[in-house]
Amino acid sequence: MRYAIPVVVLLGLLALFINGLQHDPRELPSPLIGKIAPAFSLPMLNGDAKQHVTPDDLKGKPVLVNFFASWCAGCQEEHAYLLQLAGSGQAQIVGIDYKDALDDGRNWLQRRGNPYAQVLVDLDGNTGIDWGVYGVPETFVLDAQGKIIFKHIGPMTPQAWERDVRPKLQAAS
Amino acid sequence: MTFLRSICVLVLLFAGVALAQVQTEKPPIALTTEQEARFKALLPNLRCLVCQNESLADSQAPLAQDLRYEIRGLLAQGDSDFQVKKYLTDRYGEFILYRPAVELKTYLLWFGPLLLLVIGLVTLYRFTRRRQNAAAAPAVDQAALRKLLDDDAG
Repeated sequence: MRYAIPVVVLLGLLALFINGLQHDPRELPSPLIGKIAPAFSLPMLNGDAKQHVTPDDLKGKPVLVNFFASWCAGCQEEHAYLLQLAGSGQAQIVGIDYKDALDDGRNWLQRRGNPYAQVLVDLDGNTGIDWGVYGVPETFVLDAQGKIIFKHIGPMTPQAWERDVRPKLQAAS
Repeated sequence: MTFLRSICVLVLLFAGVALAQVQTEKPPIALTTEQEARFKALLPNLRCLVCQNESLADSQAPLAQDLRYEIRGLLAQGDSDFQVKKYLTDRYGEFILYRPAVELKTYLLWFGPLLLLVIGLVTLYRFTRRRQNAAAAPAVDQAALRKLLDDDAG
């Protein structure tokens, strides 16, 4: 009985630490969740350089905004799954090619297939900074009003899709 | 720290070999001596989000370079230190600050250790008190004790 309190305290600490170990310290909560997507005006990868796309153009229905780059290993990892998601019509994905050489980006998509409804170009990475991107790939879920409702950091996996992203997307539809 | 840093360096080296991230040429931003001093003072207190154990002053990660450039731009246009920090926390959250602001949601972070110390001291105090009381509790017959000791000695 006299050991009850220390044992309870110890178990409590243990639970706290085990819980802490399951969090990836690289996954930082975004302060942008619940806010309207930061403004940008970006050219398209395969389009007229003068024609720019803004977040207003993405409004109307929920959409995924995926920051990727041809130089990014995690993007190769998730690419097949993004193709599957887009191909089956489960998601409309807008890609933002982040700090990539234009030709590299074009070749990459040509070789691996293009899951994106539109591909925009963030050459200097400024849109990435405004969106709080710190490591591609990152995927934002936007609702029909252009509000950010979720952010997934790292490659999209079937687990992450089923657990986090799809429910958010459905709730927004 | 050194180990983590060497991993970061390795990762960056590989990134440089296998994949070429575009660093666009940007014109250098001139700052006044006062702004330059504030720039130097700000950086060690900001975390690089790519190599999380390095500050923006140390990190060579491309994002850190971009953020340094942005911060120079903000200072040059006359932003205060507070405005620069707000620009960063609006995008990346409080985590980018090595010293988060003291506010309701960070009270536990700032004062939690003090709270633990107080709990520890109170527990220690009560524990030692209980021991003293326990030690003092049994009433000893002094005469009998004396006798016992004398017999022993004799």
